Amino acid sequence: MPDLSTVFAGGIRCPNPFWLASAPPTNCGEQVMRAFDAGWGGAVWKTIGEPITNVSSRYSSVDWNGQRMMGLNNIELISDRPIETNLREIAAVKKRYPKHAVIASLMVESKREAWHDIVARSEDAGADGLELNFGCPHGMSERGMGSAVGQVPEYTELITGWVKEKARTPVLVKLTPNITDIRQIARAAKRGGADGLSAINTLNSITGIDLDTLEPRPNVDGISSHGGYCGPAVKPVALNMVHQLHSDAESRLPISGIGGIGTWQDAAEFILLGCGTVQVCTAAMHYGYRIVEDMIDGLQNWMREQGFDSVEAFRGLSAPKVTDWNHLNLNFKIVARIHEEKCIGCELCYIACWDGAHQCIHVDSARSSPPAIEAASRARISMTPIPKLDRDTQSDTRPARIPHVDEHECVGCNLCALVCPVEGCITMERVDNNLPRETWAEVVTRTNGKNC
Amino acid sequence: MGAAVPFAFEDHAEVARRFPDLHPPFNFQEALTEANRCLNCFDAPCAAACPTHIDVPRFIKKIATRNLTGSALTILDANILGASCSRVCPVDVLCEGACVMLRFNKQPIAIGRLQRHAMDHFFASGAKLPAESKQQRSQKIVCIGAGPASLACAAELVQRGFHATVIERRALPGGLNTYGVAEYKLRPPDSLREVEMVRQLGVEFRFGVSIAHEQELAALERDYDAIFLGIGLGSTHELRIPGADHPDVVDALEFIARYKTSGNLKVGRNVVVIGAGNTAIDAANAARRLGADRVTIVYRRTEHDLPAFAFEYEHARREGVAFEWLAQPVAIYTDLASGRIASVECVRMNNAPGGLPTAIRDSEFQLPCDMVIPAIGQSPLIALLQQCRGVDVAGGRVQVDRATGRTSHPKYYAGGDCVNGGREVVDAVADGKRAGVAIARSFEAADA
Repeated sequence: MPDLSTVFAGGIRCPNPFWLASAPPTNCGEQVMRAFDAGWGGAVWKTIGEPITNVSSRYSSVDWNGQRMMGLNNIELISDRPIETNLREIAAVKKRYPKHAVIASLMVESKREAWHDIVARSEDAGADGLELNFGCPHGMSERGMGSAVGQVPEYTELITGWVKEKARTPVLVKLTPNITDIRQIARAAKRGGADGLSAINTLNSITGIDLDTLEPRPNVDGISSHGGYCGPAVKPVALNMVHQLHSDAESRLPISGIGGIGTWQDAAEFILLGCGTVQVCTAAMHYGYRIVEDMIDGLQNWMREQGFDSVEAFRGLSAPKVTDWNHLNLNFKIVARIHEEKCIGCELCYIACWDGAHQCIHVDSARSSPPAIEAASRARISMTPIPKLDRDTQSDTRPARIPHVDEHECVGCNLCALVCPVEGCITMERVDNNLPRETWAEVVTRTNGKNC
Repeated sequence: MGAAVPFAFEDHAEVARRFPDLHPPFNFQEALTEANRCLNCFDAPCAAACPTHIDVPRFIKKIATRNLTGSALTILDANILGASCSRVCPVDVLCEGACVMLRFNKQPIAIGRLQRHAMDHFFASGAKLPAESKQQRSQKIVCIGAGPASLACAAELVQRGFHATVIERRALPGGLNTYGVAEYKLRPPDSLREVEMVRQLGVEFRFGVSIAHEQELAALERDYDAIFLGIGLGSTHELRIPGADHPDVVDALEFIARYKTSGNLKVGRNVVVIGAGNTAIDAANAARRLGADRVTIVYRRTEHDLPAFAFEYEHARREGVAFEWLAQPVAIYTDLASGRIASVECVRMNNAPGGLPTAIRDSEFQLPCDMVIPAIGQSPLIALLQQCRGVDVAGGRVQVDRATGRTSHPKYYAGGDCVNGGREVVDAVADGKRAGVAIARSFEAADA
């Protein structure tokens, strides 16, 4: 059985790399204990600080294609419970779950003494590490905390430094994505002495407007405010930022990956780009703590199939495979191939290629354009078949509708394979063009820049 | 000449209780989920399979965006009777039967129920078809019969600025939609609501008008610039066997019209239905639901030759209808003491795949029953058609150019059952619309 136990950022131990992110699922001790019972390896406590007052409502979501919560937005603030209550419950959890990771997420006024005080109290309560919430994009930032800190490198470095003066446990800095270059802040955190990074926090968002009332969501007495966006929709943004951090020497620190993770596949991708642990929120809010069972089971099965005996064995393996565009092979050629036996005749590849790509998929030999094909169908006279009368004609009423690719014209863009609803029906296959590997960077060098 | 519009109809509580919706409507979330499941095929096979070529993916994706008004108008643009078609169409052999999901090992998209969802919303919201600001045309067209073909033809013509009148011998419009469709598929009020929409477009209706004599036809020819024959089929064949004149021998369409529109729910306890088409199935199921203990469909061929759709056959078996294959009625016997029907005498038939079955000698047997419902096909109103001078008729059907509905007489167009021998409502609507377009074009070209 592959080993999922992890030691993160120089000392945070946990039975697996699946942590609950600092959010409503980690609001209190009772929840965190149930989460550990369900299988979670760690929990980043709902951010502790001077208790705040929340509004109602607090969440709104983006549904897509009949599925709920492709993206979730919140305007909830940090913990609304007294600091002492949170710390007392952290102590109780650690007593009962000594092998699980409990990370105290912290946010206090930007004063040295305030940070020293909260760090000492959190560690006294038994926290295995500290996560500095420099990412919260709403409410707290207006009070000079959260992303107001995390958007200014100097503040990030300064406060991280204050924390490190006092801290005995690993210090993670949680980064906001609401910034031009996330590496600028990560470098500052590293200069301030951070032991690790948590990335990413939520993206600034307005999820939508109610078209009956013209009021935005989430609705608070008729108006709203921008919130923080998370869930499956943000995963690609998060993966890119994680890769930016991991590939930058001045930013490079252990990373706890966050952003749209809901399955073991998501987790594996973050780890392959360099993350040591992953944090989950939206998926747990959607389906409950129980989702971790398949995250563990699926990751272990995949690791066994791949021959990885530990998380460390595959961590970062895909990171070198992401590079700048000008290092890609310009002479690599693939074309689309449609496997007729799997084709169901939806012709989505045809219309996608004609309207969205390079007009190289055809449904008849006449090379008709889409309007001509539609007009021909409209002109056809169809009738309801009567079983007895039309017995002989029933079987052959439908044409094959199987499109074919003009491989000479195909640019290998992938669009047809992406729109095809049938797994494995359209594959992209390599064409040997007998050309050597050559990148744009090499072209520029070879031609002394004359091709730029 | 009557003018009983808007069309009043009193719902019968007992009928409603005995014939609940066969396919209940989708709620909001069900419709959204189903609409999102549609792949949105290009040049979609479902649209090609629909005789009226409704742009199915377009109306389904409008449901997905909650543009229900736009969805309904997309449907109505192709098929003015989109509401009734959504309930009565044999979707298994039409749009849903063509769905690519079937080749994907998935349930086809529930196109019929989605269409009903959009149309129910349209009527519930009180939306109206947008008034076309087309140029008013001087020509007047009369459509004979107020069934689906005429309604579609007349609607198309008024939308193109012509004056259209529909004349009907019965008291209510809608044809088989009102009088002949099984109640669990479509109720008369829903049919009439749809006709009311056609009336509001500007179509004129006249009821109680029979065309039975040449002078009546001549008057129509004098008063109108074109005549559309949407006359459907006549009453079903009379059963030409001894004893068939008993009052409890009731033609299938008459039996259905009776329970649907007159509140007469009378049915025997032991019913024999003769014939196995879709109408026979409707009548047999209705007899069961109205309280018959035993209903037997007698058919002279085998299960494999059944003219009814497979899903209708399945439905009848679930309703508890029995089938007597390879049997042909030869006489109906009456119990002399009670005066009621006692039995149908049948003879066994040889199985003759592809050929005409023949009776087996000395194979007579009795099927006890107290009511007989013949549903063995329908014969056209030949008498009327023969008065239409120069209109070609062959095999009991008016001969037309399928693309335009033109008959051999330049003033006459035709569509629906009188042309195709009895297919579906959607075929009649398609015929009527094509004829309406062709009539309009002929005048538009002449005026130009």
